[in-house]
Amino acid sequence: MTDAVGVMLQGNEAVVEGALAAGIGFYGGYPITPASEIAEMMSRRLPQQGGVFIQMEDEIGSLAAVIGASIGGLKAMTATSGPGFSLMQENLGFAAAAEIPCVIVDVQRAGPSTGLPTAPSQGDVMQARWGTHGDHPIIALCPSSVSEAYHLTIRAFNLSEKYRTPVILLMDEVTAHLREKVVLPLPGSVEVVERIQATVPPEWYFPYEETNSDVPPIVSFGEGYRYHIDGLFHDRAGFPTSRLDEIRPWVERVFRKIDRNLADIVHTEEEMTEDATVVLVSYGTTARSARYAMHRARERRKRVGLLTLQTIWPFPEHAVDHLAHQARLILVAEMNRGQILLEVERIVKGRCEVRGVNRADGELVEPRQILDALEQ
Amino acid sequence: MEKTTGVPYEYLRSHKKFPHVWCPGCGIGIVLGSIIRAVDGLGLSKDEVAMVSGIGCSGRMSVYPDFNTLHTTHGRALAFATGLKLAKPHMTVLVVMGDGDALAIGGNHFIHAARRNIGLTAIVINNSTYALTGGQASPTTPVGARTTTSWFGSFEPAFDICRLAEAAGASFVARGTAYHVLELDKLITRAIQKKGFSVVEAISQCPVSYGRFNQMPTGVEMLKWQKDHTVSIAAAGKDAATDKISRGVLLDRDRPEYTEEYFKLVERLKADGKSK
Ligand SMILES: Cc1ncc(C[n+]2csc(CCOP(=O)(O)OP(=O)(O)O)c2C)c(N)n1
Ligand code: SF4
Repeated sequence: MTDAVGVMLQGNEAVVEGALAAGIGFYGGYPITPASEIAEMMSRRLPQQGGVFIQMEDEIGSLAAVIGASIGGLKAMTATSGPGFSLMQENLGFAAAAEIPCVIVDVQRAGPSTGLPTAPSQGDVMQARWGTHGDHPIIALCPSSVSEAYHLTIRAFNLSEKYRTPVILLMDEVTAHLREKVVLPLPGSVEVVERIQATVPPEWYFPYEETNSDVPPIVSFGEGYRYHIDGLFHDRAGFPTSRLDEIRPWVERVFRKIDRNLADIVHTEEEMTEDATVVLVSYGTTARSARYAMHRARERRKRVGLLTLQTIWPFPEHAVDHLAHQARLILVAEMNRGQILLEVERIVKGRCEVRGVNRADGELVEPRQILDALEQ
Repeated sequence: MEKTTGVPYEYLRSHKKFPHVWCPGCGIGIVLGSIIRAVDGLGLSKDEVAMVSGIGCSGRMSVYPDFNTLHTTHGRALAFATGLKLAKPHMTVLVVMGDGDALAIGGNHFIHAARRNIGLTAIVINNSTYALTGGQASPTTPVGARTTTSWFGSFEPAFDICRLAEAAGASFVARGTAYHVLELDKLITRAIQKKGFSVVEAISQCPVSYGRFNQMPTGVEMLKWQKDHTVSIAAAGKDAATDKISRGVLLDRDRPEYTEEYFKLVERLKADGKSK
């Protein structure tokens, strides 16, 4: 018995396949290059499966509708690129504060502003972390191949439902438009996580109460549990509050629910790091240039390894910390002017040299540039 | 009278969230009373009703009634409600917004919800100002009115909420006031009953952030203004020559409703064997 089929897919198509495998029920979006294929495919696939597709009037409305649909019980997603991601920031904060599961795909293109619509970038890394106002927990995943785009989309849904939080899938234009072979698992063999349902009667239900897992169950509207959802700081019942004794436990819990599950949420991959004295840190499409550079350097007997970040938020502190003990040099390759570089420096704390290999002009960081940096 | 004032108590989260945030003399609570009586009169189950609101004094309404309630972001209530309605097509989704909420920051969602003709009941509480933030000029501030950002009298033309809703495609459009409260009950009842996008503009008083600057420092004076400056189209006739603001049902037409059309498409694909 075969348990999988190999197909040629574009990165954006893989996101759609992943979302369908994860059980998406609602897509709301607004066209933008280089993410439009996701909306176009969703508009065909979702009605065929009884799900909902709607083209909204802008990206602000897209994420609003996604959150509304999630409150109605559907797994919901939107996809956009930089300009639209900027517009989504306020409602992203709403989803984080009200703890509403949803998935936001940002196919990064060169920016700021309209930038280079068809050129890749990784310039939205810090925006994914801090784009909305106020301190808030967030999860962001970064695929570096079409196959990963598929699997990380499923993971994005699973994490978002499991932890009642928005999850950002931070792709870049190259992976989005690349065509590669993806091995699709058979339906039924994909691990799909559903949100935790309430087991108590309505009068005992508190949507924001402290629970052992720190993730209280979420009940859809219209199921007989009438309650309130608010973007204002709220008490355990969801009602606005300015009482410190109600705000503090809430603030602490929403961070704790992520922080205590880092082992589940934060995924990285190490290659040839056992003996490495030089470690490349990268993510997304750039990680592929870094891998190529690593192999060329190894041919020249250089002890180079690679750390690829599949989860970039929360930042994989542990993985970087342990490599900082053994490395002489860490090179951080990314298609921006050094965003994850700042995080790496924060963790390394001067224990070894840290340098960036950067490019923010709409072109890929090529292996050559990384090899040159290794020679310096 | 007993029925007018008594019914709301059965619907308020009285043990949880009172006293409310509104000032003495405010009209928003009166509009809430009308909404509750409309829901009660229609015999809807509380479980089947959602109230989605934006940000502002009006947006605060969703905290109080015992429905499925969602207090969203400024201007976006209709977009949140669109997602909820599509996820739960059988629910009655009431959307409560202020005039700035619905027409300035949320203007785009307002016209597109109307264009789609999605089955939401939009209740725009028009107090002619941005009340929560201290009485700045709004898209419905009348020419000449003094606000904290039009201190020398506003010279920007105002939106007519009802004509905008009609032009954008709504199925049902009505205007009432907090003064004519029993009439407002009826308008909201019909708006809820209507399939498709329905809009009720509820003219309401804000003595604190608007009336004070415009020679109407109390709720009573502002209610009197509503009485004197509006006229029922049922009484006067729709096209009667008057410079008063017309009240009543301004538009009632049938257009395909978005949610129904969407699920018809799903069914059609199923019937054609195109479902996967
Ligand atoms: C994005 C954003 N901009 C501005 C505000 C500040 N703000 C809160 S309520 C409001 C206006 C309220 O006016 P209106 O919508 O007419 O409602 P009212 O208070 O009069 O009921 C504004 C500007 C906000 N909360 N969010
Ligand atoms: S400021 Fe005006 S609208 Fe707001 S609660 Fe007070 S009276 Fe009502």
